Amino acid sequence: MSDTITNRFADGDAPSEDPVDDARPAPGDEKMWTARLRGAGVRALPPSKLLPDRQPSYVASWVYIFGILSFASFIVILLSGVVLIVRGPSWWHESQVGLFFNSIHLWSVELFFFFMVLHLWGKFFMAAWRGKRALTWMTGAVTFAISIGAAFTGYLSQQNFDSQWISTQAKDGLNSVGIGALFNVLNFGQMLLWHVLLLPVFVGALIGIHLLLVRRRGVVRPLPVRTGRHARTARARTPAAPPSSEGVDR
Amino acid sequence: MLGALVNLNHTGHYLHWGFIQISVANIVVILLMVVVFVAAVAIPFRTGGRHR
Amino acid sequence: MSEAPPQSPRTRTLAEASLGSDDSAWDGPKIRYDLVKEFVVALVVIALASVALAAIFSSPDDHPVTIRQWSQGNPGDFLATSVTELDGSSPTATYGPPYNSWTSGEGQKIGPVGLQRWAGVHIPVNSQNDFVLAPLHLAAASDPSLRAALAQYSTASADQQKQWTTAYIKGVGHVKFHDTAVVLPRGRYGPVAPMLSGLLNMARTGSLDADLLASPQFYGTDYTKPLLFIADGSFLAAEASAQHLQGDQWGMMNETGNYPGQAWLWLYTMWYQVSPFSTSWSANADALVWALMMLLTLALILVPFIPGLRSIPRLVPIYRLIWRDHYRRLAADAGSSSAPPGSG
Repeated sequence: MSDTITNRFADGDAPSEDPVDDARPAPGDEKMWTARLRGAGVRALPPSKLLPDRQPSYVASWVYIFGILSFASFIVILLSGVVLIVRGPSWWHESQVGLFFNSIHLWSVELFFFFMVLHLWGKFFMAAWRGKRALTWMTGAVTFAISIGAAFTGYLSQQNFDSQWISTQAKDGLNSVGIGALFNVLNFGQMLLWHVLLLPVFVGALIGIHLLLVRRRGVVRPLPVRTGRHARTARARTPAAPPSSEGVDR
Repeated sequence: MLGALVNLNHTGHYLHWGFIQISVANIVVILLMVVVFVAAVAIPFRTGGRHR
Repeated sequence: MSEAPPQSPRTRTLAEASLGSDDSAWDGPKIRYDLVKEFVVALVVIALASVALAAIFSSPDDHPVTIRQWSQGNPGDFLATSVTELDGSSPTATYGPPYNSWTSGEGQKIGPVGLQRWAGVHIPVNSQNDFVLAPLHLAAASDPSLRAALAQYSTASADQQKQWTTAYIKGVGHVKFHDTAVVLPRGRYGPVAPMLSGLLNMARTGSLDADLLASPQFYGTDYTKPLLFIADGSFLAAEASAQHLQGDQWGMMNETGNYPGQAWLWLYTMWYQVSPFSTSWSANADALVWALMMLLTLALILVPFIPGLRSIPRLVPIYRLIWRDHYRRLAADAGSSSAPPGSG
């Protein structure tokens, strides 16, 4: 190691207790990629924004729990899926315990779609894409679409009558648009690998980005209740709100 | 767990309405979704204390 | 979990904060909200619900159809399918890409765009050889009469072969079975009759399942060939019809037995039930429905940018119910100050 390591604490300064402050690079290090990435990350999502312990007072409806219920379902899907992976794809046909874990996996998928669709309905009727939250909506919608793909490959991986029928039918749709040439639903090995690795990774990554975006922007405000001409008069009379701060919601 | 308490492996029951054909199981799920959504909107979400 | 905490001096009133723009940070009243606790509770609830549903309802596991079952359950259909594989008129033989090149037809198109053809043949399947001749050659190693029939067939002209198979297609519609013997009405079937009887015998013993599965390097996980062969017949489809899984039964949404299926596929399968996809456009229905669904999925993703669609929440004011407490407090707040009720 070099003898000339820059010691930021050379003057006896202790590391700052404020995590945002602590993330600042030492003088001269600002151009480092690491410092820049860290700075951008911390500016976008300081700890108190990443895991806030407060929410705006309008976050007070049972509709707000559907997102977390979907995510919780996803976790149960993963956990039950891992058990099925550990024992291999034929286990659930040969063992009652295996069948039980397959059942947990199936029902957690039903719950996942159940709550995800309710979450979609709720967010739609709240117009939750307002205020620069379009990307949050979009990542959610894409997650929905890819989840359908993940479930589809799951059905194909069952190695029973269901997967025989689904694969021989679905092949026509996919072949008709050329996708079937590369994505062969009759190929169990390929479908199983997509199902246990590629698609869960895509879904998980998208959910992660979606959650970070929700935290970054915060929960969208209620739609304004239009009160006709009073609304316009009130807007004209009242001083504008201060510009949005990049900082933490306190 | 050995076997299921409720055996769903019998022939499926289907409802027909015009060009729509839907399984009883699916319509139950869909109706449940509507019920749960309406309940979530309607049931008050009481926080611990009054806000003001 | 959520009480009114002490507000910082920078907290504005509800009315003042509500005037802020949608993209500004909320500087109004806040409540305590324990996200981590909420997640843990949700996880426990879902885990318990999943375990309970699994214990109560289990999951379906209908046995797969094997070629052996097919040949025993409906030997007439097996023979009728096999002869079309031999003469190249089966659904697989005439499928086109990705399994083979066409002898006729262009594949499905979306308007002028033929993606099926464009993708090319990437999963080569020669139904005549893969499903009939190659397995028979394996069996012929220990069966001289089968060997002779195969030799007669392969040395005959294409026209002669076609005459035999055409006759067989006609005759197999009236086939009878006496024990294991195949009894066809009188006709000039040439070597095709013993060949296909030989294939039926292989199927009945289960060796055809094994032959079609076996890949060149011993290990295989690709079931393309046996699945295409089985799906060419009507045995699999008959079981599917009984379970309401056919395309015109909204089958995409359904599951075997009384299990809930895939309700989220309702819109995808709906198009197959309605004109013109089920009628005049049916030859290209798969491609057209797929294209339509991709478009609708894109529309769902891009809702924030689609005028009209993005205004529906304002027009169907469920939001007034969701945020009714907030609006009530806002009105009370505004009523107690000089400014009129909230506007954004």
